[in-house]
Amino acid sequence: MSVFVHQSSRVIIQGFTGQHATFHAEESMVNGTNVVGGVTPGKGGQTHLDRPVFDTVSQAVHETGADVSGIFVPPPFAADAIMEALEAGIGVIVVIADGVPVQDMVRVKRYARDREAIIIGPNTPGIITPEACKVGIMPSHIYTPGRIGVVSRSGTLNYEAVQQMTALGMGQSTSVGIGGDPVNGTDFVTVLRAFEEDPDTDAVIMIGEIGGPQEVDAAQWAQDNMSKPVVGFVAGVSAPPGRRMGHAGAIISGQADTANAKMDIMEGLGVHVVRNPALIGETAHRVFS
Amino acid sequence: MNIHEYQAKELIKGYGVPVPDGRVAHNVDNAVTVAEDLGGKRWVVKAQIHAGGRGKGGGVKVASSLDEVRQFTDQLIGNQLVTPQTGDEGRLVQRVLVEQACNIEKEYYLGMIIDRGTQRIMVIASASGGMEIEEVAMTHPEKVIRESVDPGVGLMEFQCRKIAANIGLRGKKIHEASKLMRALYKCFREKDALLAEINPLAEVNGGSLMALDAKMTFDGNALYRRPSITEFRDFDEEDPKEVEATGHGLNYIALDGNVGCIVNGAGLAMATMDSISFHKGKPANFLDVGGGASPEKVGNAFRIVLQDPNVKIILVNIFAGINRCDWIAEGLIQAMRDQQIEVPIVVRLAGTNVEKGAAMLEESGLDFIMAENLDDAATRVMASLGGQSA
Repeated sequence: MSVFVHQSSRVIIQGFTGQHATFHAEESMVNGTNVVGGVTPGKGGQTHLDRPVFDTVSQAVHETGADVSGIFVPPPFAADAIMEALEAGIGVIVVIADGVPVQDMVRVKRYARDREAIIIGPNTPGIITPEACKVGIMPSHIYTPGRIGVVSRSGTLNYEAVQQMTALGMGQSTSVGIGGDPVNGTDFVTVLRAFEEDPDTDAVIMIGEIGGPQEVDAAQWAQDNMSKPVVGFVAGVSAPPGRRMGHAGAIISGQADTANAKMDIMEGLGVHVVRNPALIGETAHRVFS
Repeated sequence: MNIHEYQAKELIKGYGVPVPDGRVAHNVDNAVTVAEDLGGKRWVVKAQIHAGGRGKGGGVKVASSLDEVRQFTDQLIGNQLVTPQTGDEGRLVQRVLVEQACNIEKEYYLGMIIDRGTQRIMVIASASGGMEIEEVAMTHPEKVIRESVDPGVGLMEFQCRKIAANIGLRGKKIHEASKLMRALYKCFREKDALLAEINPLAEVNGGSLMALDAKMTFDGNALYRRPSITEFRDFDEEDPKEVEATGHGLNYIALDGNVGCIVNGAGLAMATMDSISFHKGKPANFLDVGGGASPEKVGNAFRIVLQDPNVKIILVNIFAGINRCDWIAEGLIQAMRDQQIEVPIVVRLAGTNVEKGAAMLEESGLDFIMAENLDDAATRVMASLGGQSA
């Protein structure tokens, strides 16, 4: 298996007929993803990339049996699109948009609370199970099938780590970008739990960033619940403080929000911490073999 | 996006949060006129800059005469104000807020933020007003009251009463505080704020509650639907290079090192800076060219990075996913030909169309230092700088 998206996943694209959606849907289809249709309100009944276009997500689910949706609509419309997918019963929702208002995501999280779905993103390159299913904008060719799970907040840093892995012959079970926004659909803990339960994942690489309590919470969870080793990195050791959210954000977690502080805590909780981002692959190779 | 205190006060006053009578002034005469119009015998003159810690830096003064209003305004406007948050160079004061002074009986702290842990709006309050809330949280965590807001129903009155009672308010003041909190919450929600801080929230002039200071930050991603907030933007408070970068769709933050960085993606940009630091170098900036970087965008990135006179070398690190290495290469070659670039350029390309991009740089005959990977890039940067690090 793999986590969240598989060979058997039936994928629809919301905002299907847009330029970026078209480009990436096509690329993912060439690389083995089963895209069964798409949604563009007002264009229902048309055909795009040889797949049916629907006006609503519930129509698309009804007609195609879709269980995964890639949302490619612009940021102002993302919250509405996510809720539409949730309401239609989609199980895995991937939100690519970069720039979704934070308070929109606060409401989305409340709406999603009583539903089973996994929301990945926003501001994510997406998720890929190599050669089986890709929902997102990452370059498929850098990924290879394997037994290491990768989870990151950043997109390009995910590519960086994957390339370092590939150079050393390590492939990925699934690679998940949880996104760089302060309020996001899925946190590290949820993804770690999925990797822990996945029989085809042997170990995990977790790549975080400055800000928020997520990485530390995940390391704590891993120490208490995981049998598989975790290699971790937190980007932003050299980042200036207080540039993004004002410093009131730091008081909630009650602990320092800097990259080094997080990595120190993670290390204390048993994560194999890499301090040099150029050595993520090498460290993983040493720890996992 | 940050706004000034006087703007935040104007905004929350419109929602029903009591603030002192006052107006902004842009020069000395203007300030005296405002004080005269306000009447009374004592006024507070407050420098309006975006950085906090103004009190400690001498940016808040109490005047007991119109002459003093004149004198204090003259000291502030047109001068650099240094506070614990501005850095050593300080920030130019271009206007002051002149307010009627109040008799402060007791000070509280009231804040609202988007809490990343609960992923909800959280109200934070404390009886230790006037102090930095981070400091209170550190030394007396039990004195910090937190209340999480369910987005389905919003901030409820019972929650406000609970907060008020827990910071020690009694009697009618519990209801007064509750009304004030709900007003602030309504503003926070309707204007897409990320942070609202009233510090201090004070009992003044015989017991009524008033916001003596106000700080608000708004979600840049929601400005498209908040035109009234966009009008509050003050470009003078921002680094001109950062403003220019934003205009070109680039995300740039100036730092104090000498290695200019041009990278795609925020995470990789941070990791590139980290890698330089790991090799004992100092990054001059954070710069994310974003997805879909055209040759023009790359050219603009060079222009902005090179405006910083400290830059002694530039590291270009591109891992193209949605980007294409050949476009980046075209931008690099154009920038080298169009601009007077006298510093060495280390280039690391990976991902989509990397062979094509690398071949273009090779064939250009221009002097690029090519790097194999991230570590190699940082190593080459340091080798090229020799001993002369920042």
